[in-house]
Amino acid sequence: MSPLAKLLRWDSVVGALLVAVFLVGTGTTDGFADTANLSAALNDIAEVALIALPMTLLVVAGQVDLSVASMLGLSSALAGSLWDAGWAFELIVPVCLLVGALGGLLNGWLVTRVGLPSLAVTIGTLALFRGLASVVLGTKAVADFPESYAQWATYTQTVPGTFIPYPVALFAVLAVVAAVVLHGAGFGRSLFAIGAQEDAAYFAGIRVKRIKLALFVVSGTVASFAGIVYTLRYGSARADNGFGLELVVIASVLLGGIDFDGGKGTLGGAVAGVLLVGLLRNLLTLNDVSSEIQVVVTGVLLIASVLTPRLVAVLTERRHRRAATEPVP
Amino acid sequence: MHLRSRTRRSTLAAVSAVSALAVTLAGCSGTTKDSAAKDSTGSVAKASANPDAALKKDLKLAFLPKQINNPYEKIVDEAGIEAAKEFGGTGKEVGPSDASASSQVSYINTLIQQRQDAILIAANDPNAVCTPLKTAMKQDIKVVAYDSDTAKDCRQLFINQASSEEIGRSQVRNIAEQLGHKGEIAILSATQNATNQNTWIEFMKDELKKPEYKDMKLVKVAYGDDDDQKSFQETQGLLKAYPNLKGIISPTTVGIAAAARYISSSSYKGKVVVKGLGTPNQMRKYVKDGTVEQFALWNPKDLGYLGAYAAAALASGQITGTEGEKFKAGRLGEYTIGKDGEIILGPPTVFDKSNIDQFDF
Repeated sequence: MSPLAKLLRWDSVVGALLVAVFLVGTGTTDGFADTANLSAALNDIAEVALIALPMTLLVVAGQVDLSVASMLGLSSALAGSLWDAGWAFELIVPVCLLVGALGGLLNGWLVTRVGLPSLAVTIGTLALFRGLASVVLGTKAVADFPESYAQWATYTQTVPGTFIPYPVALFAVLAVVAAVVLHGAGFGRSLFAIGAQEDAAYFAGIRVKRIKLALFVVSGTVASFAGIVYTLRYGSARADNGFGLELVVIASVLLGGIDFDGGKGTLGGAVAGVLLVGLLRNLLTLNDVSSEIQVVVTGVLLIASVLTPRLVAVLTERRHRRAATEPVP
Repeated sequence: MHLRSRTRRSTLAAVSAVSALAVTLAGCSGTTKDSAAKDSTGSVAKASANPDAALKKDLKLAFLPKQINNPYEKIVDEAGIEAAKEFGGTGKEVGPSDASASSQVSYINTLIQQRQDAILIAANDPNAVCTPLKTAMKQDIKVVAYDSDTAKDCRQLFINQASSEEIGRSQVRNIAEQLGHKGEIAILSATQNATNQNTWIEFMKDELKKPEYKDMKLVKVAYGDDDDQKSFQETQGLLKAYPNLKGIISPTTVGIAAAARYISSSSYKGKVVVKGLGTPNQMRKYVKDGTVEQFALWNPKDLGYLGAYAAAALASGQITGTEGEKFKAGRLGEYTIGKDGEIILGPPTVFDKSNIDQFDF
């Protein structure tokens, strides 16, 4: 890799953008760098950030899970109806996680055993899980969750001595775990291999099916956990919670330079992508930029994230060619 | 084969581990709905009101509608922003592009950071907005709900567009006048479980019990699910099933427009009265061609105007949100705060040929 290409590697660009947004925000906008604002802004992306971790691993392996936001909704609806029925919250959580794991198992089974593409499977389960959520809770909202648990999920309580809300702190811990899994172990290398060339990976002895199945189970479980966080954070369990959130997750991951074709990307890039989307939205909102314009800005960034690596590749190619055709002095 | 069994075993192991965890946790006594102590933080401490205080200058008001591109809410908010100029303040409208339960939360947080004097909100979900609104009130930012209420302890005032009782009873009173107090009527509602529609229909039925309506009969309540096509078909069905039907009340903007459309192009035009709640832009055509004589809705401009003045009175210390307090709302005159901090805008506006062209929403 040439030095130019390294410098222009998209995940470093995203990291630089993130720092730039932070510096510009601190310099220009009152209240942006307040700890209260940063707590709220970070907490607003808690669920997206959590779900983005398994999503990154999936996309690196050439898969995608579009059912995550519906699983979040199903988990929220289930938590609401069980709470309403008088269940203990300490029991509701593992039940929701179990349902998440089973949902992931269904996705993984359809992908690995039936051999369907994950895009098609998870579009199907996107509808299925959301439908189940409506069956479980209907159109009502359940709202009387215990204050002590709700505070854990909102920004009114932060990790002592910091401005980091608990869900975000948990995300930080899980991000380190995911980074080790993706970049520090044989398992991670297998993911890149599967994403780059699945058949070759299979013949090289990588347990492709098993790994894919595990990824979907983790994705479903994390999505259902995000549903619990979401329910407590907003204090409202609803079947339509998190509607459309899967696109925010995928956009953030792609923005972080994870190649949708699989086989390329870094976890740091994905985390930077998630944080960039969250902080940029907060900064634009503080400056009264309308939500429509914000959507446009995110779209432009996303297209840039897909185009830039291609552009760099073309430029490097040309330089090499020029170098090759120049006469030797 | 080998691969498959390994996979199955690890999956089984994971599932049974989670189940074991669940069972273990079930064993210990947890927090349930009944054991959870009710949140007793109470409402924000109230200062005493000074009804003679002057309205503060340079107040900053922020309107947070259900979603930013809803034409009805735009009218409400723009009228509120205009009203703020009257008392030397500034207003603005910010909000999400989708009306989901949680989409307003990040906006409330940024409004707190911007140190607004008051936040006016039409809530998408009564509870999802509570945490940030309570944070706002703790920092002495006034919170006024309008159009769609939040949970009662998350705001200081609720500007209600009209009293449910007034909407229900006035619909029956008006149709009775048009029909000479006799004949069969039907109701075309939205969905079967729409809270506001059902409340209005209860009041309609109660009004009909009065002796002056003894020659009137409610034959059916039909549901068009706020879907244009279904409402259209339900209208058709009502007229087929009840040949003596003299009037239809539709307390939903979708229903009344569909009923009027069906009747305007049928032989029932001029014979069957259509009434209810609609918007002038939807209904203009049918008022002008004689299908509909009059319909009602609150004036959204007045709703925004009243909201702005209520927020200003709150921020200036004229009122605190306690029942019985009074304040002046510019050209709309004096208002009194009712139970639970509720302020009712007034009787609905009636639209007919004479005034419909003065409204554009």
